[in-house]
Amino acid sequence: MEEGVYRAVSGGRIALQRRQYSASCREFSVRCPRLQLRSLSAATCSVWLAAYGLFVLSQNSMVLSAAIFITLIGLIVYLHFVKIDHESLLVIGSLGIQMTSSYASGKENTTFIEMSQVKDVVINEAIYMQKVIYYLCILLQDPGEPHGVSEVVPLFQSSKPRLDCLVEVYRSCQEILEQRKT
Amino acid sequence: MNEAVYTASHWQSWKYCPGLMSFQVLRSSRIAVMVLKVFFPSCCATAESGLLIGRWIPEQNSAVVLAVVHFPFIPGQVKQYLSEVQRVTQVNMCVLGSWSNSKQEKEEVLVKFLEDLSTIFSHEPWIQLNKERDSRVWSCCIFQKYPSSPKEDEFILVYYDQRKVMLSQLHPTDNLTTSADHKGNDASKLGAVFDTVAKSKVLFMTDRYDDGPIKLTHWQSEGVEASIIMELMKQASVPVCMLLTFLLSLVSSVYKSRVLKLWPLSFIWSKLSTCEQLGHRLEHLQIISSNRKAQNQTQLMRKANIFVSLLIDMALGILLMSWLYRENRIGQLADTLIPVADHIAKELQDLLQWLMGVPAGLKMNRALDQVLGRFFLYHIHLWISYIHLMSPFIEMILWYVGLSACLGLTVALSILSDIIALLTFHIYCFYVYGARLYCLKIYGLSSLWRLFRGKKWNVLRQRVDSCSYDLDQLFIGTLLFTILLFLLPTTALYYLVFTLLRLLVVVVQGLIHLLVDLIDSLPLYSVILRLCRSYRLAAGVKFRVLEQKAGKPLRLLMQINPLSYGSVVQTYRLPTYACYPKDSWSSLCKKLFVGELIYPWKHKGEKQD
Repeated sequence: MEEGVYRAVSGGRIALQRRQYSASCREFSVRCPRLQLRSLSAATCSVWLAAYGLFVLSQNSMVLSAAIFITLIGLIVYLHFVKIDHESLLVIGSLGIQMTSSYASGKENTTFIEMSQVKDVVINEAIYMQKVIYYLCILLQDPGEPHGVSEVVPLFQSSKPRLDCLVEVYRSCQEILEQRKT
Repeated sequence: MNEAVYTASHWQSWKYCPGLMSFQVLRSSRIAVMVLKVFFPSCCATAESGLLIGRWIPEQNSAVVLAVVHFPFIPGQVKQYLSEVQRVTQVNMCVLGSWSNSKQEKEEVLVKFLEDLSTIFSHEPWIQLNKERDSRVWSCCIFQKYPSSPKEDEFILVYYDQRKVMLSQLHPTDNLTTSADHKGNDASKLGAVFDTVAKSKVLFMTDRYDDGPIKLTHWQSEGVEASIIMELMKQASVPVCMLLTFLLSLVSSVYKSRVLKLWPLSFIWSKLSTCEQLGHRLEHLQIISSNRKAQNQTQLMRKANIFVSLLIDMALGILLMSWLYRENRIGQLADTLIPVADHIAKELQDLLQWLMGVPAGLKMNRALDQVLGRFFLYHIHLWISYIHLMSPFIEMILWYVGLSACLGLTVALSILSDIIALLTFHIYCFYVYGARLYCLKIYGLSSLWRLFRGKKWNVLRQRVDSCSYDLDQLFIGTLLFTILLFLLPTTALYYLVFTLLRLLVVVVQGLIHLLVDLIDSLPLYSVILRLCRSYRLAAGVKFRVLEQKAGKPLRLLMQINPLSYGSVVQTYRLPTYACYPKDSWSSLCKKLFVGELIYPWKHKGEKQD
């Protein structure tokens, strides 16, 4: 198991873990930037200060309890549906590619693509906000025509690693995909 | 940078742009590795030593183990049994290899014996699985009589839960049925595995108390539970279905009879949402009670969904009925209904009085205003007398209508929608009068505007042609145009007010229809199945890598990835009869502006999609 520290597109630190189970089975796991205590406390404080301001104006204590509930529910929703803790990519040479994204609450979202559907794994570039970024994606084979691409499945969507990290993953993936072709 | 700009719009759609970027990697030349996959049921991990039987899928180089045959056995019997199973299940079953679960020593004897077995059951390749004592990691080896090429074999052991895989339904299902003809090469690999396990259901049917000539280990039910009630229900369902079919055929023959197809009746039927809902439910009952077997999984699920939806609907309806008929609630309802209708009429009268004065400070054409106002007031007067004529019978009508709730909540809701439509008939009338007047004015103004510009509408060619008018024609046209233009605000105001009232009623009716549609189309059975037995509806599989040891085969655990709730609802949604208006918001606004009528029966609601 190797571990390397890279940077995400946004500049946050991300960790890439590589596990080699066997010659044709590898797992890459990218740990997304952690939830900052600063931003969490800023969000909570702003909600509570706003609620307190309303309370002073309206003299209704319902506002305060509503603010507490909003914060709690918002935090739960954020951890369960929005915040992704780590994303992993499991490449099994003869079976397929499995993408897992684990949310901060422990919920896992898994997609498995069979090897017969995978055409290739490539690095593509795109414009995101005001900058050009690179992303790794899986090209799916179009069942109708042999050279067609039916769909592009982007990988590491939430962590968005920089090019140096993507190249590492790309090389390892290509090594395994190469075995498939021969 | 040019290229980057070119891809700018593609970030959201994740389009693949070939040739933009290519990372060349030095391809390492390796020896071709033959990877052999063994799908092993996790329930057989504790089985005693014996033979592995299952299916060999040569094109994928994988073996699906279905069961373990224990020692001692007679090879002839095993072969006979396998051919029998093969005949029933249509799965190409064979002996794949041997399985040894060594608890004690006797190592060498066993190894020798297992090698000998491969000569009796000829299978290429012969798989040998060994589970050592107190060890989780197994060793595998392959024997091939004729090693075709020098290669390093790699093993992948995939554990699967036999029961879940057998019961699960891989989605999308239509994919499998349409590509059935070229299934051999095109169907997904895992689809083949799922298919094999599901087909060999017969093999698993024997429970642990059955004693056959050979002993097998595979997933077993805990014995079929024999409940008298279940048996009785099964026995009773056939005559019940037959009776239901008979009754339904009677009802549908009445429904289709020619008397009801006469002009005024058929017109009324098509406008009442109750009739449409009843017809829809009749269709559902016919589907359920038909004695034809569901051909595939989709149809089976459809039937089950309709059944559950009907049951829920009936239960809610009966609940509503029990609430209505207790403590004389019908009487109370009838008592409140008449004052409410009166109150609405009174409010409308006040509104008309306000319109006849100086509404919102607007100065209207007094004469026209008075004429229109009196006309509508007289209409309301008629309406009130009609309601008062009805008032003694309302309670009785409600009592009988309430009985229809036992047919289901949806029917009751449809009746409610119809009652609302009937009780607000005056609003509808006002709207039609207002709209007609307004429409006439708009058309008149537009054609006179053409006259001003020296043009006219050519009906034959469907276009605007130029035309030379006489002086008196122009004079009359101008006069009419002025009159129409100055009278327009008055009619427009009446039209606006009554259109708003009409829209309010239509929105209420639309909400009721939305609720009816929700009950009609929600696939509750599938949702409950997804909630309680999430493996039954599989979107795919997921793998988990188990503990590794160097030099030992890779072990994976195959789990079933359940379908998300959104796609469950999307896949199994029941079709509804309601045809939603195709026109968008903009065309609706245009219609309102021009003064074309918005028909309530086409517009089931103001929701557009």
